Amino acid sequence: MTKQQANWSPYDNNGGSCVAIAGADYCVIAADTRMSTGYSILTREYSKICKLAEKSVMASSGFQADVKALQKHLAARHLIYQHQHNKHMSCPAMAQLLSNTLYYKRFFPYYAFNVLGGLDSEGKGCVYTYDAVGSYERVGYSAQGSGSTLIMPFLDNQLKSPSPLLLPAQDAVTPLSELEAVDLIKTVFASATERDIYTGDKLEIVVLNADGIRREYMELRKD
Amino acid sequence: MATTMVKEVGSEPAQLLGPESASERTLYPYVTGTSVVALKYKDGILMAADMGASYGSTLRYKSVERMKSIGKHSLLGASGEISDFQEILHYLDELILYDNMWDDGNSLGPKEVHSYLTRVMYNRRNKFNPLWNSLVLGGVKNGQKYLGMVSMIGVNFEDNHVATGFGNHLARPILRDEWHENLSFEDGVKLLEKCMRVLLYRDRSAVNKLQIAKITEEGVTISQPYALKTFWGFSAFQNPTVGAEGSW
Repeated sequence: MTKQQANWSPYDNNGGSCVAIAGADYCVIAADTRMSTGYSILTREYSKICKLAEKSVMASSGFQADVKALQKHLAARHLIYQHQHNKHMSCPAMAQLLSNTLYYKRFFPYYAFNVLGGLDSEGKGCVYTYDAVGSYERVGYSAQGSGSTLIMPFLDNQLKSPSPLLLPAQDAVTPLSELEAVDLIKTVFASATERDIYTGDKLEIVVLNADGIRREYMELRKD
Repeated sequence: MATTMVKEVGSEPAQLLGPESASERTLYPYVTGTSVVALKYKDGILMAADMGASYGSTLRYKSVERMKSIGKHSLLGASGEISDFQEILHYLDELILYDNMWDDGNSLGPKEVHSYLTRVMYNRRNKFNPLWNSLVLGGVKNGQKYLGMVSMIGVNFEDNHVATGFGNHLARPILRDEWHENLSFEDGVKLLEKCMRVLLYRDRSAVNKLQIAKITEEGVTISQPYALKTFWGFSAFQNPTVGAEGSW
C-alpha cells in the first residue's frame, strides 16, 4: 500500500509582471500582456489590468483563473457598493476590500500578486502592494509578478522613497512628472523582458489623473 | 479520526484532503483524446481534431467525435478525458435548452458559452474534482468571430488561433508563423492539415483519422473523417545507423 501522492495541482503560474508608480497628481499602472504556462506561451495579448472603480485600477499576475475570479468578485462588490452608497468606492476603500477578499481565502489562496493604483480623495496618486493572502501597505511605487525581483531594485534606485519609519511621516509619492514616470516604466519593462522569460510581447500602461484615464501600449521583445 | 492517505487498488476511494469518507475525486484521466487545433479565418472558425481516444498507451477507440456543435453559434472541441467531455456536453444541453425555452429570439453566443464553461471548470477545480479536459470554443455571432480556450483548472483566454496539449508545442509555432487575417477557407484547411500532420508524426497518441469542423454565420459543418497523406521516405530514415553502428 503506497502513499497516494497528489499528482494534480490546482494552481499554475501564468507569469507576467506588474508595476505601479504614484505621483503628486497622477498614478501609472503597467503590466505586460504575455500569458504563459510552463515553457509555452499561451497568448501574447492578454490584459492583466482591470479598472475596478473610477479611480482604482488593479494589475495582477500569477494564476490567471484566480486573477479573473478575483477581478469579477471585486467588480461585483463595487457594483453593490454603488447601489448602496450612490457613489464610487475610493481607492483606499478598494484597497481594504481587496485585502479582506484575499484573506477570506487564507486557507486556499487566490494565487494572485496584485498592485492597486489610483488617486486618493485628495487627488494624490496612491499605490497599494499586496501578497497572495492580503497583507498590504500603501507605498509610492511597487512591482509584483515574475519580473518583480528584477524591477523592484531598479525602482528603489531611481525613485528612492523616504523611509516609512520617519517622523513626521514623509510623502512616498515620487516628484517625477507623469511623462518621466511613463518613460521609467518603459525602461524598466524593456530591461525585465531581457532576463525574465515570462515577461514580454507587449506592455500596457494605464495613466490615471485628474483628467481621467489614458491607455498606452509599447511593443516588447517576443522571445 | 486519522486521515487516511492510503489507496487500495479497486476498493477504497482515495482521499486527498481531510477525512471525507466515500468522496471520490478525479485523480487521473482514463480514456483521453489528444490535441485540438483551431484558427480564425475569413468567414469564421476552423477546428481540427483526430478521432482517437487512448486508454493509457492503448489506442482503444478510433471513431470518437471530439468536436460538437453547441446551440446555433458555437463549436466545442475537447481533449483529455472523454467521459468528462460527455458530461460537459450534458451540462451544455441543459444550458441551451433553458436558453431556447425563453423563446425570446435571443440565443447564447460563443462568448457566453465560453464564459459558462470557464466558470464550470474553475468551480470544479475549486472543489478539487476537476473535469479533466482542455476545451476549445469557437463561433460566430452577428459577424463577430470568437475563439477561446479553457483548461482544466480554469485558465482561459481568446486568440486568433489556439491548440490544446501537444498542439501548444507543435502547432502554435506554425500558426504564429503562417496565420494571417482573412485566410480563405482553402488556406485555412491547408494550414490546419499542416499542423495535424506534424502532430501525427510526433505525437504518439495521434491517429490518422481526423475531422475538420467549420463554423460560420450560417452554421456548423463537421467533415467526414479522412486521413492525411504522410511521407516516410526521408533519406535520413534510410540506414539511420550508418556511421554509428550499435545506435538507433
